[in-house]
Amino acid sequence: MDAPVSELPPHALASRRRLSDRVGDTGLHLLTAAAAFGSVAVVGLIGYRVVYGAWPAIQKFGIAFVWHQTWDPVKSNFGALDFLFGTAVTSFAAVLIAGPLAIAIALFLTELAPPAVRGVIGSLVEMLAAVPSVVLGLWGIFVLSPFLHQHVEPFLHRAIGFIPLFGEPSPGGGDMFTAILILTIMIVPITASVSRELFKSVPAELKEGAYGLGLTRWEMVRGVVFPYTRGGVVAAVLLGMGRAVGEAIAVTQVIGGLTSIPTSLFQSGDTLASRIAAQYQAAATNIHIASIVYLAVVLLAFALVTNLAAQVIVHRFEFQRTGGS
Amino acid sequence: MAAQQGLLSASGRVRRRKRVNRAVESIWLLASAAAVAVLGIVTGSVLVRGIPALNLDLFTKTPVTFGETGGGIAHAFVGSLILVGLAGAMALPVGVLSAIYVSEFADQRVARGIKLTLDVLNGLPSIVIGVFLFTLLVVGRGQNGFIGAIALAIIMLPLISRSTQEVLALVPNHLREGSLALGVSKWRTILGVILPTTFSGILTGTTLAIARAAGETAPLLFTSSLFGDWISGDPGQAMASIPVIIFEYSEAPDPHLNDQAWAAAFVLITFVLVTSLLSRAALARSRSKLEQG
Repeated sequence: MDAPVSELPPHALASRRRLSDRVGDTGLHLLTAAAAFGSVAVVGLIGYRVVYGAWPAIQKFGIAFVWHQTWDPVKSNFGALDFLFGTAVTSFAAVLIAGPLAIAIALFLTELAPPAVRGVIGSLVEMLAAVPSVVLGLWGIFVLSPFLHQHVEPFLHRAIGFIPLFGEPSPGGGDMFTAILILTIMIVPITASVSRELFKSVPAELKEGAYGLGLTRWEMVRGVVFPYTRGGVVAAVLLGMGRAVGEAIAVTQVIGGLTSIPTSLFQSGDTLASRIAAQYQAAATNIHIASIVYLAVVLLAFALVTNLAAQVIVHRFEFQRTGGS
Repeated sequence: MAAQQGLLSASGRVRRRKRVNRAVESIWLLASAAAVAVLGIVTGSVLVRGIPALNLDLFTKTPVTFGETGGGIAHAFVGSLILVGLAGAMALPVGVLSAIYVSEFADQRVARGIKLTLDVLNGLPSIVIGVFLFTLLVVGRGQNGFIGAIALAIIMLPLISRSTQEVLALVPNHLREGSLALGVSKWRTILGVILPTTFSGILTGTTLAIARAAGETAPLLFTSSLFGDWISGDPGQAMASIPVIIFEYSEAPDPHLNDQAWAAAFVLITFVLVTSLLSRAALARSRSKLEQG
């Protein structure tokens, strides 16, 4: 005990600490670790239980479920192709419209708008993201869908009806086109806010250098901002895509819920997520329930892939930007 | 590269370049205006259709039998309050504790893994979370309010944890070092020094998560949607909720129920927009305060 402190082994110092502190430190460490790893475990458990719940259908239909077209509860014959097709078309089209729009909005907010306008418009765009999907769906049923059916779809059919996608407008009810626009509205804010953060991270000296060389704003964006943030923008679009693929409620409300492969955007269709949501009361047999859960497995797999890809890209982007620190 | 060199040699094309630039800038402006306009149209429709349908009965009465008019959706307001309250009570401690682990205890690689997993959890389609709890807890037992609350808690958890991590990361290191240098143990430093400075940040993060959970329909469809028409405060049974009521009434053939859906949407959107706006403002303020301090 007379030895100078510096010669004491660390555990001797530790033993001098009060008991409450030793217990408190370990206790808090363990408690917080339990919370953190518990949250991680939830993700694993979700994957495990969803596959487990789908197991009867996985055994019965195998992987062929994914490209099998029938959805027939009466004959207990199920396949996901109709919904996969609907999901692919609606999400892809929504991303195609929303991506450029979101990037334009992000550029407006970072490069063009004066600070006062930037704050206001920025938070308005974020508010659009906060609108609950069920409210957007309600609006879709009673406002957007009738408007599209009466005005936009006949017009598009007349103008560019020679493209088979823009076929004869349906008289009413849900269709793919309405679903695409609703999804567009949902993913513009998320893609815009991620892109905005990216564009903000472009060093001012690079931008000023470009301006100093006499480039216009658009040339500066093309020559500096886009090359600098390329990967990140892809991730932002992927995140929007993930959101579009997973959206169940608003799509169920407006898409019409028909099981067949539509040949035109103006016909009813269905997506993976909206089929799951629409069947929450309908499932009667075990194999029907398992098939619905199987749809969730497909959805989950897709969501994991897009999300992880987006995170990895963003992470690599940050890594590059900070030089690995 | 060739194109850029061409641009640099300012020839007679300057005017054309400026025109192109102006055209592109106006596209940016138009895109932003369009987004704001859509928000205006959506909230405008909800105001126009929702406010006329608002009355006291909506909040105090339960549904009438089919065909009659009147009645309300008091059971959904009560149910939503209980579901979201329970979900918050579950998600808040877990979210804050996991954030403390990530920013105060875990080494960098573990922390990065946990953050990534939380981001993935945040990106999972909410309907999948509903299906997950359906296969885990509902099958063989039936729906109830607790399961619905767990579903909402899983939605809230990554939001609360990530926003708490963000404010914890902003706490200046000299606070930690100062406290430890005075001989204060780590757990007391965390609970007594660090956490109080992040209190307002955690509060606003939680409010944002509540605003999000209050509007979620998909996780409740499979967990708490087959409810009765009476007011019930018992989470052991399936509970009504505002989003599920809007979802069902929006597809109801009865225009009277459609009106009630609009009125409920008005209440919901007001709540969600006001809370998320306020908490965003508060978050920005507390963040700038922490960054200065």
